[in-house]
Amino acid sequence: MTEKERNRAYNRYVKAKIPKTHAWPSLFNSFFVGGIICCIGQGINDLILLGFPTMAEQTAWGYTLVILIFIASFLTGIGVYDKIGKFAGGGSIVPITGFSNSVASPSIEFKHEGIIYGICVKMFTIAGPVIVAGVVSSVVVGLIYLFV
Amino acid sequence: MYYLWVFLIGGFICMLGQMLIIYTNITSARILVTFVLIGVILQAFGIFDPISQFAKAGINVPIIGFGASLAKGAIGAVQAKGVIGAFTGGLEATAGGIAAAVVFAFIFALIFKSKTKS
Repeated sequence: MTEKERNRAYNRYVKAKIPKTHAWPSLFNSFFVGGIICCIGQGINDLILLGFPTMAEQTAWGYTLVILIFIASFLTGIGVYDKIGKFAGGGSIVPITGFSNSVASPSIEFKHEGIIYGICVKMFTIAGPVIVAGVVSSVVVGLIYLFV
Repeated sequence: MYYLWVFLIGGFICMLGQMLIIYTNITSARILVTFVLIGVILQAFGIFDPISQFAKAGINVPIIGFGASLAKGAIGAVQAKGVIGAFTGGLEATAGGIAAAVVFAFIFALIFKSKTKS
């Protein structure tokens, strides 16, 4: 058997063994869960504005996001968010709760490596790139607005 | 009935994320980065606010909203304070979210043990 044939056979084997993500059900699940998370966010925001009618809209969104992040970190801690993630895929990653989960999940997982090198370092394995990309691009946008 | 719009638009954005997962096999870090950049671009061209008017949480809760408020903060601060605003504005606007994610993750990491291993 030449190397080429062996590689082809191996690729066939891998393709057969990889668990297939069925496209349509997972798209529907992510749509459904993502939509619900956004509705929960809208509900929290409406409740805040109901309780504090004088609050600025921007501030109310700040509180809403903090509450959503709190809920997601807690659900990550008790292991529920992973189960939602298995079901929803993108529906649990794209909302701000997914960002929160990406911070909380590795810090809990690597807790056994210590507080500094475990929790504090691993906290930013996924969130780090997000913050870097966001900060760099926002500075660029800000500088462009300075000159136009 | 704006909850329907929130549901539909929020769901649609999340479905786009799922499509990226299925058809390109990219990791969740790249998905988050992609959507943050989309948010920054939408805000930079001034498209975000009109959408946000009727989509409300549908576009503010997805991480696109995080990118948009980064850009919004930078744009607002640069007009108020000059060059330094480009550096201070973005993080100032999103500091609440980042600090909340860091603090709660730290607290819950101290409290809970990993469940994925078992």
